[in-house]
Amino acid sequence: MNAQDIFNRLVEKHGDAVSDFRAGDLDPCCFVQPWSWPEVARTLRDDPQLRFDFLDCVTGVDWPDKGQIHVVFHLFSYVHKHAFVVKAALDRADPVLPSVVPVWSVANWQERECYDLLGVIFEGHPDLRRVLLPPDWEGYPLRKDYEESDDYHGIPTTRPVPLELLKSPPAAKPS
Amino acid sequence: MSEYVFANQLDEEMTLNMGPHHPSTHGVLRFVIESDGEIIRRAVPDVGYLHRSIEKIGERCTYPGYMPYTDRVDYLAAMFANEAWASACEKLMGIEVPKRAQYLRVISCELNRIASHMIALGAMAMDVGAVTPFPWTLREREYINDFIEELCGARLTYNYHRIGGVSFDLPAGWREKVTKWLDHFGPIMEEFDRLITYNEIYVNRLGNVCVITKDVAIDYGLVGPNLRASGFKWDLRKDMPYGAYPDFEFDVPVGQGLKGAVGDCWDRFYVRVEECKQSARIVRQALEKIDAHPEGDIVGKLPKKMRPSAEAYARIESARGDMGCYVVGNGKEEPYRCRFRTGSYNATGIIEPMSRGIFIADLVALIASLDVVAPEIDR
Repeated sequence: MNAQDIFNRLVEKHGDAVSDFRAGDLDPCCFVQPWSWPEVARTLRDDPQLRFDFLDCVTGVDWPDKGQIHVVFHLFSYVHKHAFVVKAALDRADPVLPSVVPVWSVANWQERECYDLLGVIFEGHPDLRRVLLPPDWEGYPLRKDYEESDDYHGIPTTRPVPLELLKSPPAAKPS
Repeated sequence: MSEYVFANQLDEEMTLNMGPHHPSTHGVLRFVIESDGEIIRRAVPDVGYLHRSIEKIGERCTYPGYMPYTDRVDYLAAMFANEAWASACEKLMGIEVPKRAQYLRVISCELNRIASHMIALGAMAMDVGAVTPFPWTLREREYINDFIEELCGARLTYNYHRIGGVSFDLPAGWREKVTKWLDHFGPIMEEFDRLITYNEIYVNRLGNVCVITKDVAIDYGLVGPNLRASGFKWDLRKDMPYGAYPDFEFDVPVGQGLKGAVGDCWDRFYVRVEECKQSARIVRQALEKIDAHPEGDIVGKLPKKMRPSAEAYARIESARGDMGCYVVGNGKEEPYRCRFRTGSYNATGIIEPMSRGIFIADLVALIASLDVVAPEIDR
């Protein structure tokens, strides 16, 4: 199926829950209402014409100027060899999205990474912990307004520029 | 990274720590194991020791300037991260890659695939107690490292691919050297089969251990050799061909359960062994056919300014399976967001559910057979 047919199929089943189809993009995508996402995901996986059995990639993209975080789901069907992209636009101040771990088990680790690096809360996730960063890390590094703290447990996070070190006068030789 | 505290610690249960500096964890990877004697209740992977935030670094580099960083996504198979990044940028900006550059990409990637599988196979054999194959495989890998060094100047972090092509053409006399090595590599793989693949002790050790069925493999997002070992014939090079792959003849090996159930640890070993042989076939064909395309035509026509404002997702078949690269551009010289979706990351996610009820010794076999590489998990 091509992307337009996939989108039409979703509209047929879920009506307003999916919208804003972008056929002109390199990877055609549509937006989904965050609270309908698990049902839409189930349709995407189980509908015999869609059969998206592989959740390829879960990415979060921060858009401060829109006040949103987009969670991007790249889907692929091994059965029909077609791909589709679903996005969910979340409020940046309170990014919450229902988890799709019951639909695709791979979402478990993918969503954890998105939580870890962008702070998106996946409701209903069985094990939403930090995965790549330490549990006491502050902030979400892939947000655009993230500012790195100067040190982590006394370990400095920045180093002097090596070229600056060369400019300083050489240390006096021990006599 | 986290400290994991188990809720109900009964008297009979032990909480063991494995890693992060355990030889069988392939890099820096830690497991917290809750076990009842030798039987694992569950093993929780604790990753992130090698996290360098490559995706954040990408937001500060220009599109071509990010290429050397992609080497660090997976140091055993750096060509593929190069290729994934290049493919994503080419798709984003609509750049055509000349045929000769596509051939060079195939040659470099397939050589790198053999080198990466050599480590995977040797290390897996060593993890379960067979020490001899490891130096054998390292020796073959060393030849490949030398070839690639001659091709692009680096042994591990290649930085060979460019957006729109590759950086160097074949050096003089290189083709003869590689062909000679391929002649030697065929018999070596047969010997390797006799040494370890079909070795009865090894077969008994790995057959029927940690069976991952096809449906579970797809559900947990396993890709590449791990997915094929579960009996699912899927290879991006064959099923959704990219680059020059349609020009070559090769087979896609799948796990058949020859020594146990389909999708056991032995199948994952076997698939990688067979893939090495197929990669050698591809390299040989590519070296024969490359001269049909004019020498020196290795970089396509690039736009003057790389400032795309669109987004693209490209997938390639890396040594650890389907690798996805997602790029968002917003009209600036630096990408707005870049993302690598790697095979090892998903494969680490399946270790916890698979570890329930297996022996501690089999956990080592499971980790090794999934061929997870710590930098590719953590990025």
